[in-house]
Amino acid sequence: MLEIRNLAVKLADEDKQIINGLSLTVKNGEVAAIMGPNGSGKSTLSYVVSGKEDYEVTGGDILIDGESVLEMDATERANNGLFLAFQYPIEIPGVATMTFLKAALNAQARARGEKELQTPEFMKRVREAAKKLGIDQDMLKRPLNVGFSGGEKKRMEILQMALLQPKLAILDETDSGLDIDALRIVADGVNALRAPDRAILVITHYQRLLDYIKPDTVHVMARGRIVKTGGPELALELEKHGYRDFVGEAA
Amino acid sequence: MAAVKETVDRVKAIDVDAYKYGFVTEIESEKAPKGLNEDIVRFISGKKNEPEWMTQWRLDAYRRWLTMREPKWARVDYPPIDFQDLYYYSAPKSAPGPKSLDEVDPELLRTYEKLGIPLREQEILAGVQTSKVAVDAVFDSVSVATTFKEELARAGVIFCPISEAIHAHPELVRRYLGSVVPVTDNFYATLNSAVFSDGSFVYIPPGVRCPMELSTYFRINERNTGQFERTLIIADKGSYVSYLEGCTAPQRDENQLHAAVVELIALDDAEIKYSTVQNWYPGDSEGRGGIYNFVTKRGDCRGPRSKISWTQVETGSAITWKYPSCILRGDESRGEFYSIAISNGRQQVDSGTKMIHLGRNTTSRIISKGISAGRSNNTYRGLVSAHRKATNARNFTNCDSLLIGHDCGAHTVPYIESKNATAVFEHEATTSKISEDQLFYCVQRGLSEEEATALIVNGFVRDVLQQLPMEFAVEAQKLIAISLEGSVG
Repeated sequence: MLEIRNLAVKLADEDKQIINGLSLTVKNGEVAAIMGPNGSGKSTLSYVVSGKEDYEVTGGDILIDGESVLEMDATERANNGLFLAFQYPIEIPGVATMTFLKAALNAQARARGEKELQTPEFMKRVREAAKKLGIDQDMLKRPLNVGFSGGEKKRMEILQMALLQPKLAILDETDSGLDIDALRIVADGVNALRAPDRAILVITHYQRLLDYIKPDTVHVMARGRIVKTGGPELALELEKHGYRDFVGEAA
Repeated sequence: MAAVKETVDRVKAIDVDAYKYGFVTEIESEKAPKGLNEDIVRFISGKKNEPEWMTQWRLDAYRRWLTMREPKWARVDYPPIDFQDLYYYSAPKSAPGPKSLDEVDPELLRTYEKLGIPLREQEILAGVQTSKVAVDAVFDSVSVATTFKEELARAGVIFCPISEAIHAHPELVRRYLGSVVPVTDNFYATLNSAVFSDGSFVYIPPGVRCPMELSTYFRINERNTGQFERTLIIADKGSYVSYLEGCTAPQRDENQLHAAVVELIALDDAEIKYSTVQNWYPGDSEGRGGIYNFVTKRGDCRGPRSKISWTQVETGSAITWKYPSCILRGDESRGEFYSIAISNGRQQVDSGTKMIHLGRNTTSRIISKGISAGRSNNTYRGLVSAHRKATNARNFTNCDSLLIGHDCGAHTVPYIESKNATAVFEHEATTSKISEDQLFYCVQRGLSEEEATALIVNGFVRDVLQQLPMEFAVEAQKLIAISLEGSVG
């Protein structure tokens, strides 16, 4: 469960306020969507929750399963079950995708005092998860994200999410750059991960993704705060009228 | 905050764990008096019972050395070395040429055990190690143990300390010693020729593929002692050998000098693969102590279609001055240089290679990966040249530098000379930094910053790691992670 209380965030090395009194709760078992215009602070929110160092929290709190994460670094947060699917997944030259997946899985197992997976079991899990997402076996041997198409990169993010089994998953504009077929595969991947003990937060600009990943709640974000909360119908309303009303309301 | 973290990381980096080979072995040793003169040269030669020709060879080198000056062109900076303030010979007292491992001082064996080097053949044979590696261990100035000698002898391979080869195989030593790196070559090589104490000798007879990896481990233990080892490897016609070299030294406040010479000779159709994992003590984070590593390594592709390949992983030493080179004399011969040089703290590295194309249709390939962290400086310096007769010479060079942090430097100094219009030389170079985005991506998946850095660096050096023999590649990978400890901040 994710709880954000009255959060205020500025850029670390600039006097620019980006998030301003934002409160939000995503319960376990819930899929919440945040929609909002460009520049409303959606991506910043995902970075701040995951512990990126370019930002400074000037007020409020972020809690995962009732525990404040503000004092934890990004590694600890990840090992506590937080996963961020990046809007622009990063390329890591020379590091085979399989090697990267193993490093991540082992790091998390170690942090939790669990046993590392044996290689054959690990390979089996990766192959099965990859197959479901239509990821080619050859791709797993290639350096992570290097030369991957936009759709391949996004599928790779979902593969990582499926393997790491997070308690809280944040998907940042996962639909951007996807054609309709890829969108469906990615959405199926996310839907398969819906679970009573998992909270999922989907950040998106367009309603389109929500046709495939049906949210329980929809939040509208503008000017660094949540300005309206509702059910799935709110997304359709936004599609019809745009964000204009909300931008004005927040100002 | 950043400054505090930096200090914390620096302190962590000088922790004993950071250089895990920094222990000293308490062992009685026999030393020559301090300083260098003709009597010392005679003393060293006398200790080894050398024949007169060898003593004269050393004295000629010494006299020549007196007329030479230290090279100053490298991008390294260190106070003048007082060559009279060093010991030029040190031997563990209990080991005047042990006949078997049972005669070796157990303290010495424990040292090699701590270093993870298997000297006991029976253990290896019992399956402790999955593949067989014959080891020659050099402790300060003497070789203390060579394993698998008999098995190698059955294949006709000679693998022994060079001090032994001078007695047992004088005809080979006289023919080849100094034939690649002449006595007059350069200041440090000439010094080495005068005072070299021990090292390995390898001869592979015609048509023989050496049945196992050969390996030498060098260990400097004594205080104020220079180590001057000499390695000579001859691969006769159509033969093949793969040779590994590893180095460590205790942690000391003062600098120690290491000036080795390695000569490789590949005759017709022969191939030599020479791999180094160099992990001498690098000094502390303020630049106190550490090894001065001034090494001359050169291979001569003397016969047609011969091949010499150098692979090096350089993580240690306060100062590295080292250019493993190939002389491509035989037609269609091939030279390769694969290098990973990592510098952290205040380390200074000036390293690279020379590919001298003399024969027709000769080819060479250079892949260099430099990684600088902390306040270190890392220079690639390389020469590729084609002489008049080197028709159709080909070279491909790729130099990549990776910077970690804001206070380090990476420099690339390629020299290209072509006197033949048909030669084709290609040069590629890149410099990059580990980006914040890459680090964040990895830590978001649960890796610590140090694990993330090591992973990204291992990706960066992958092309070169693949050239190392399997057992060494794993070791090198771990070493890279250790060397980069404290570099993130």
